[in-house]
Amino acid sequence: MDSPTIPPTNSDDVPVTEARGRNRVFVWFDRRAGINSLLHEALDEPIPGGARWAYVFGSGLLFVFLSQVITGVFLALYYVPSADHAHTTVAYITKEVTAGAFLRSLHSYGSSAIIVVLLLHIAQTFLYGSYKGRRELLWVAGCVLFALMIGMAFTGYLLPWDQKAYFATAVGTNIASEVPLVGEWLKRLMRGGADMGTLTLSRFFVAHVFMIPAAIFAFVAAHIYLFRKAGAAGPISEDPVSPRQKAERFYPRQVTMDMGFALLLIAALGLFAYFVPAELGPKANPAETQYLPRPEWYYLPVFQWLKYWSGPLAVIGILAIPTVIAVLFVGLPFIDRGLERRPWKRPVAVGAFTLVFLALVLLGALSRRDDRRNPGVAAQLAKQREETEAFMRAPFEPETAGSSLAAANVALADPLAARGKTIFETKSCNACHGDGGVGTPAGAKLIGVGAKLPPDKLEAVLRQPTEKMAAGGMTSVKLKDEEMKALIAYLNSLK
Amino acid sequence: MESENQTKDEKREPGCAESSSMTGAHGRRSFLGVLMSVGTVGVGAALSVPLARFALHPTLAKTTETAWSDVGAEDEFSTIAEPAKRLINIEQRDGWRKVVSEKSVYVTKSADGRLRVLSSVCPHLGCTVAWNETKGQFISPCHNGVFAPDGALISGPPRRGLDELETKIEDGRLKVRYQYFRQLVATKEVIA
Ligand code: FES
Repeated sequence: MDSPTIPPTNSDDVPVTEARGRNRVFVWFDRRAGINSLLHEALDEPIPGGARWAYVFGSGLLFVFLSQVITGVFLALYYVPSADHAHTTVAYITKEVTAGAFLRSLHSYGSSAIIVVLLLHIAQTFLYGSYKGRRELLWVAGCVLFALMIGMAFTGYLLPWDQKAYFATAVGTNIASEVPLVGEWLKRLMRGGADMGTLTLSRFFVAHVFMIPAAIFAFVAAHIYLFRKAGAAGPISEDPVSPRQKAERFYPRQVTMDMGFALLLIAALGLFAYFVPAELGPKANPAETQYLPRPEWYYLPVFQWLKYWSGPLAVIGILAIPTVIAVLFVGLPFIDRGLERRPWKRPVAVGAFTLVFLALVLLGALSRRDDRRNPGVAAQLAKQREETEAFMRAPFEPETAGSSLAAANVALADPLAARGKTIFETKSCNACHGDGGVGTPAGAKLIGVGAKLPPDKLEAVLRQPTEKMAAGGMTSVKLKDEEMKALIAYLNSLK
Repeated sequence: MESENQTKDEKREPGCAESSSMTGAHGRRSFLGVLMSVGTVGVGAALSVPLARFALHPTLAKTTETAWSDVGAEDEFSTIAEPAKRLINIEQRDGWRKVVSEKSVYVTKSADGRLRVLSSVCPHLGCTVAWNETKGQFISPCHNGVFAPDGALISGPPRRGLDELETKIEDGRLKVRYQYFRQLVATKEVIA
């Protein structure tokens, strides 16, 4: 394995010096980087019982995650994580930037795809009993990845800062306050304060693009390493510790199946993103009281479940029961230690798994039904949908920069100062002193002049400039008293 | 533990070796390899096109045309006898934001009654020219550039007259396309 070898596709007898073309390049690299042994290590993994379509979900996940990383990095080219700008920048991506709607949709639907494939991956592992036989760490690493992915979905949902994002996250972070003792503190930690605001957005952004992805990379590495260490578990008839069935190498058939599935996934995502672009609603308005937040489909069961728990018992439903389920789930390979893998011989485990799964589906369906049955809710949800569609149809509206004059004019709330500004400009004071009194080579800066000269002194020098001022080109200002007052009010407002 | 792992590996190896040493396996392997490479390259290329277009958007998008700014109603200027100073809002796009700034312009009437809009930026070094009612001239305060009511250069260091801006009448309103021009030269040259 350590000695440089020529790739198996070419004759094994050709000495390196005689190797030509592609082969020679390969050998050059292999001698320095050892890619051949690396490739063998990756591709020759034995799969007891042979390649199967049932095993494709893990690498499918890896591919969709990769797609999320790439699209995410590109989206960050235009996104700004601040309550002031987030919504505008996402609207800009969606409505103006070339291929922006497509990439954002790809990223947005990618999260749903990850959840779907994740569930398939878990179901396959569970039903095949592939967590058995010294695979506890592998399973636990997988559980951590599951939690991290859920965290990615949760933190990413807020980033567009539209109504739906804002209110769904307000509900989501509120749940944290149900935790006994530290609940309030936990909520403040997540929100960066008592209320949702720009600090919440910063936190969610950092979690979404730095902290959670870093953890995902680490745990994906651990998950793959532990998987290779334990070996592929093979079919349900196989012994998970000492496989007896004839093994087939990962390459070529399993690789082809994996790639086929990954390509299928990416193609489906691409078609979906192209024909049904992800929507963006109107900008978050915290003052709105009517808004009914509805989470993404994969959070609906949890959302519905929480509805049933309120008052002093809430802690049972919101905390105790989910914790018990989570502990049982993570601890599964420690609890279910038998080597029996056939599902029909494991009625308790498979039964419990099916029950939880069906309960989640039922809760999701109930949530949808509740919304349909309540006419008030249905009407409000329809109105929200219309608002979203109306926003999507409207052309992109750029944000007025804070440095804009229009914004500066708004700051001139005092009507007297506003009149003074008109005088300043029509009397061409700005010709020498510059717009807004910023100063030019021909005239002194007037910003802060109000702090240097009291109004009466200011009026005096305006009516009768000092010799030094006159030498610089300043002429005496002839104005009616009230106009002079307005001009001085304006000069005082220049700070 | 270790010994068990070893037996496991030993058991696996024979099966693997067998399948790969078969004569047909080589051909099938490389065929699938080619198929997969083509598929991957194809999908990769298909996906990198939108990615590249997305990243290059600011360089590929048509240069944002200078927007037209409103100066005022057309009839407002029908009776003007001398240049009238007006403040206009000009909007510059900067990605997802816009910067609005105020600029002053002079509206004058040409001999044939057409409305003309002059930039108030002095073509010498850019000071704002002021209309002097008593003299009936534009005067640049910085180096005493003097211009006629139609903007033509009379005297002083500037090398050309005041710059006329492009105008149009839309729904009875006078609109202007505000632009900056190179200073210190005799001909009017637009700068971006
Ligand atoms: S800037 Fe106008 S004369 Fe020099």
